Amino acid sequence: MLNYLARRFLTVILTLLVISALVFVIIQLPPGDFLSTYMAELESQGEIVSPDKIEHMRRQYGLDKPLIEQYFVWVTGLIQGDLGFSFEYNLPVTEVVGDRLLLSMVLNFATILFIYVVSFPIGVYSATHQYSWGDYGLTLLGFLGLATPNFLLALIMLYFANVYFGTSVGTLMDDVYLNQPWSIDKAISVVEHLWVPVFVIGTSGTAGMIRRLRANLLDELQKQYVITGRAKGLPAGRLLVKYPLRMALNPFVADIGNMLPQVVSGSVIVSAVMSLPTTGPMLLEALKSQDMYLAGSFVMFLALLTVIGIFISDLLLTALDPRIRMHGTAQR
Amino acid sequence: MSNDLVHYVSQAPFDPTAIEALTPEQEQFYMASQWRMMWWRLKRHRVAVIAGIVLILSYCSIIVTEFLAPYDLHSRHTEHIYAPPQGLHLFHEGRFVGPFVYGLTYRLDMENLKRVYTPDTRDTQVIRYFCDGDEYEFWGLFKGRTHLVCPARGGTLFLLGTDRLGRDMASRLLYAGRISLTVGLVGIIISFILGITIGGMAGYFGGWVDSVVQRVIEILRSLPELPLWMALSAALPVTWSPILVFLGITVILGFLDWPGLARAVRSKLLALREEDYCTAAKLMGARPGRIIGRHLLPNFMSHLIASATLSIPSMILGETALSFLGLGLRPPVTSFGVLLTEAQNIEAVALYPWLLLPMLPVVVLVLGFNFLGDGLRDAADPYTDL
Repeated sequence: MLNYLARRFLTVILTLLVISALVFVIIQLPPGDFLSTYMAELESQGEIVSPDKIEHMRRQYGLDKPLIEQYFVWVTGLIQGDLGFSFEYNLPVTEVVGDRLLLSMVLNFATILFIYVVSFPIGVYSATHQYSWGDYGLTLLGFLGLATPNFLLALIMLYFANVYFGTSVGTLMDDVYLNQPWSIDKAISVVEHLWVPVFVIGTSGTAGMIRRLRANLLDELQKQYVITGRAKGLPAGRLLVKYPLRMALNPFVADIGNMLPQVVSGSVIVSAVMSLPTTGPMLLEALKSQDMYLAGSFVMFLALLTVIGIFISDLLLTALDPRIRMHGTAQR
Repeated sequence: MSNDLVHYVSQAPFDPTAIEALTPEQEQFYMASQWRMMWWRLKRHRVAVIAGIVLILSYCSIIVTEFLAPYDLHSRHTEHIYAPPQGLHLFHEGRFVGPFVYGLTYRLDMENLKRVYTPDTRDTQVIRYFCDGDEYEFWGLFKGRTHLVCPARGGTLFLLGTDRLGRDMASRLLYAGRISLTVGLVGIIISFILGITIGGMAGYFGGWVDSVVQRVIEILRSLPELPLWMALSAALPVTWSPILVFLGITVILGFLDWPGLARAVRSKLLALREEDYCTAAKLMGARPGRIIGRHLLPNFMSHLIASATLSIPSMILGETALSFLGLGLRPPVTSFGVLLTEAQNIEAVALYPWLLLPMLPVVVLVLGFNFLGDGLRDAADPYTDL
């Protein structure tokens, strides 16, 4: 058990290292660096940039060192919580980001919660009432949910909110709380505004989850122990909860590994469309202006969120599934 | 024994194969190739067949887009900016005149500066067929002017309205379909080749190759796709021409999609390489490439094609999302995502809702690929009954 956990933890570290290298390569990919873009911008405005000043800035930002060294400076900074320096804002990334990271985490967590809470009863209903009208209707809805990309759903929501309510749903809190320190009222306001983006991001994940839970539970329901239980005279509800549901729950938890990258991706684009104060819009801006340290930090943060989330789901699964505890391997 | 049995002897010559003999239909059934059986099973899946037909029609349409579209991709109608969709009518004042549209009269609403068009019911504009319209270069090969449908002389034909620059949405949608559908197809080919090669090597050789590939797949799958796509496409040089960007985006989409396929190939090959016929091929001196490609892959090719079909939608959606965010394709290359960038301004959409129309083909295509893929997957399963 401990052995398994240790190995799993090592994998997480290794994964994060590889991802950081990948992100750093991406940061370095665009031809030229931020300074050359910055210079071009200044020159287009008719300002003259002295070579001395450029050289000074280059040294200040460590752009004159070899790539490997830059990478190590960046990674050690990351570990110490220093996310680098945003050239665009002329501020350390940590200050630019503010509570966007926290809001991103809240948004993603709420979405996962939403997916579980909604898909669980529907999935169980669909499986126990297979081929009923309710099952068909829900399956059709699920297909539509899978096929409608979440940013289009966000656009549709924005459109209806604009046409019928004359308001914008593209916020995460009431305006008065913007840039305010955290307080109970602010948190309540966030919770009140959270449901629209959570619904938009969660739809496709929920649809997928319902389909998988339904399939898993249907498989279990056909097994012999269910027939035995029924023959013994167990009441239907008790039988369902006691055996097959528990078996079908394992893939339900294990699936977080597939779902989390999806949700994080979805939250990025939906936030960008609805201009929520999370990492999404800022990542987009940073990428467009090739402010690569800021962008890199965001991608790194999102990857971290996913990898840690999957790690936690693995821990949960160990607690749920004795086979993993005994053999030390996850069976998916 | 009260009633005696009559002693009966059949006089017909004995045929030892009588029981095994097959009627011609049975013979056809049992001798059918794997692909033919798959086709039979697919045919029973009504939704999948309809989805397949829709997709085939879409792919056929992109071959002759120039001919189908009433206008050119870029032709602007400055006096019809943000014109609403013109409804098709058949009867005018109770009399059949064939498909026609009513002309539009334009007025600027001075209160909210909205462009208001009202159909003029006296002005019937009958649609012409196989007629001369905007000049185009067919696939850049030869020039032509013939279109399937054209507006009446001096009239307009905006079946789906026009955009900010007065360009016909219907024509633009047709042209955008060409790009979006190609992205999906080219992307999946790249990912298919990568998946088969990498997954095949991992499954066939096992050992350290397998471990390395497994780790890479794990890492790639735990990454949130979209931010990575965004970062990579933002890293494409700004100086690239739109066509190069198009290729770059397709390659990016294909390069990050292979892990799913590679995983499937690997797990199948791990089991199949232990089969006797594989050992036999090895003993006869076949090279790994031949064993994998000739003897092992055909075992589950149908299954692979089904999973590939199921992952085309994610490519199309990925491209749409990237272009929509302004990180993907750029005009003049037009895809559904590029068209949707017009819908980013929600105030404009509230006034002119037909800007949201490019969503429709995206959803239809994604649904189509999902249904067809599901049907193919069921059909490729050799254990379902016929």
